[in-house]
Amino acid sequence: MTQIKLTTPLSDDVVEKLRIGQRVSISGTIYTGRDAAHKRLVELIEQGKELPFDPKGQIIYYVGPTPAKPGKVIGSAGPTTSYRMDPYAPKLYEVGLKATIGKGRRSSEVINTMKEYKGVYLTAVGGAAALIARSIKEAKVIAYPDLGPEAVHELVVEDFPVIVVNDTLGGDLYDEGIKIYAAK
Amino acid sequence: MGNDVLESFKGAYEAEVSLTGKEILQQLVKNAEIACEEKVPMCQDTGYAVIFVELGQDVRIEGGDFYEAINEGVRKGYTEGYLRKSIVSHPLERKNTGDNTPAVIHTKIVPGDSLRIIIAPKGGGSENMSAIKMLRPADGIEGVKNFVIDTVKKAGPNPCPPIVVGVGIGGTFEKAAQLAKESLLRELGEKSKYPDIAKLEEDLFEEINKLGIGPQGLGGRTTALAVHVEIYAAHIASLPVAVNLNCHAARHKEVIF
Repeated sequence: MTQIKLTTPLSDDVVEKLRIGQRVSISGTIYTGRDAAHKRLVELIEQGKELPFDPKGQIIYYVGPTPAKPGKVIGSAGPTTSYRMDPYAPKLYEVGLKATIGKGRRSSEVINTMKEYKGVYLTAVGGAAALIARSIKEAKVIAYPDLGPEAVHELVVEDFPVIVVNDTLGGDLYDEGIKIYAAK
Repeated sequence: MGNDVLESFKGAYEAEVSLTGKEILQQLVKNAEIACEEKVPMCQDTGYAVIFVELGQDVRIEGGDFYEAINEGVRKGYTEGYLRKSIVSHPLERKNTGDNTPAVIHTKIVPGDSLRIIIAPKGGGSENMSAIKMLRPADGIEGVKNFVIDTVKKAGPNPCPPIVVGVGIGGTFEKAAQLAKESLLRELGEKSKYPDIAKLEEDLFEEINKLGIGPQGLGGRTTALAVHVEIYAAHIASLPVAVNLNCHAARHKEVIF
């Protein structure tokens, strides 16, 4: 299947052209965040304070990697389940975030926010954490080191493989997949 | 991960009709190979350390604190093995303990003079999609099937399908949950010793794989790699059913002293 190559930061133009089911390979800088970090990021937004990174055009990868072995950039780093970030995600799309990477379904609120603010939701293969780590070339903690695996990392990725699950039209690849393959 | 899981990926690859599904199963095989070659975890969620202890009644453990010794093993293993520390000390305050302790420890006293310790690290994603329900005896086998299938359907892509479905039927509220967890320790596809329950496992396996959820929930026929059911005596008023889902990273190892 053909792959669309994207480099961060992403523009509205590029994001609006993405459609569910498309394979995308991402290069550039992306940021990690999961449960505890999201709570803090959204508290900062609500207080009108600056985030540890500029979210405009950026991607948040929902991941808590394993520690890097000596000589390695990062440990295993597959996606975590995204619905846990649903209570926080709309606020981040509202301040300019363009995409999130995780696994599993998003709430209708998140899907509607992505339609309104031109954002997408992408999935990486859950459990393929050793394979995915190969596309991560640099990693450093930029915020909340006290959270351990939940700290916010800045990652430099090269051809990081994802699939578009929700696009700016409100499409949902999980619904489409079941429609095709459920026994009639 | 055991060879049983790797073999089942390969079998599922042959049987899968969805191209995306096939592509994902192929990636899971490749991932397992890389993890093995580089000695790194196949999944970043290296789990809650769930430990099953079978203590022979003729064994005497002298001095110290047995559970603390197990926790020390977990601490050492997760730190020296570069595994993720995924445990918070208080469920509401949520501060990471930093060494993946404490473990969840289940102990059984059994006849004999040996000590068996099984470690089954459990990922949070699939654990979160697990469910328990106290059915009425009148709901019978159909009620059980409906609840199991409904749980898998609701979970959809979240628990990282293809999954292993562990089911506990009978006992009390907590016994059913424990049976479901214990069923996940079986080798993949090993059948129940009771013919009627083995049939139930087969029926559920077939029904679940008709749901269309597929690898990673992106559509396909491989939703479950296996369904394991354990049973126990029930109260005249009760029919407890627990469903414990496991992602495809179905890991467990044991040592016997």
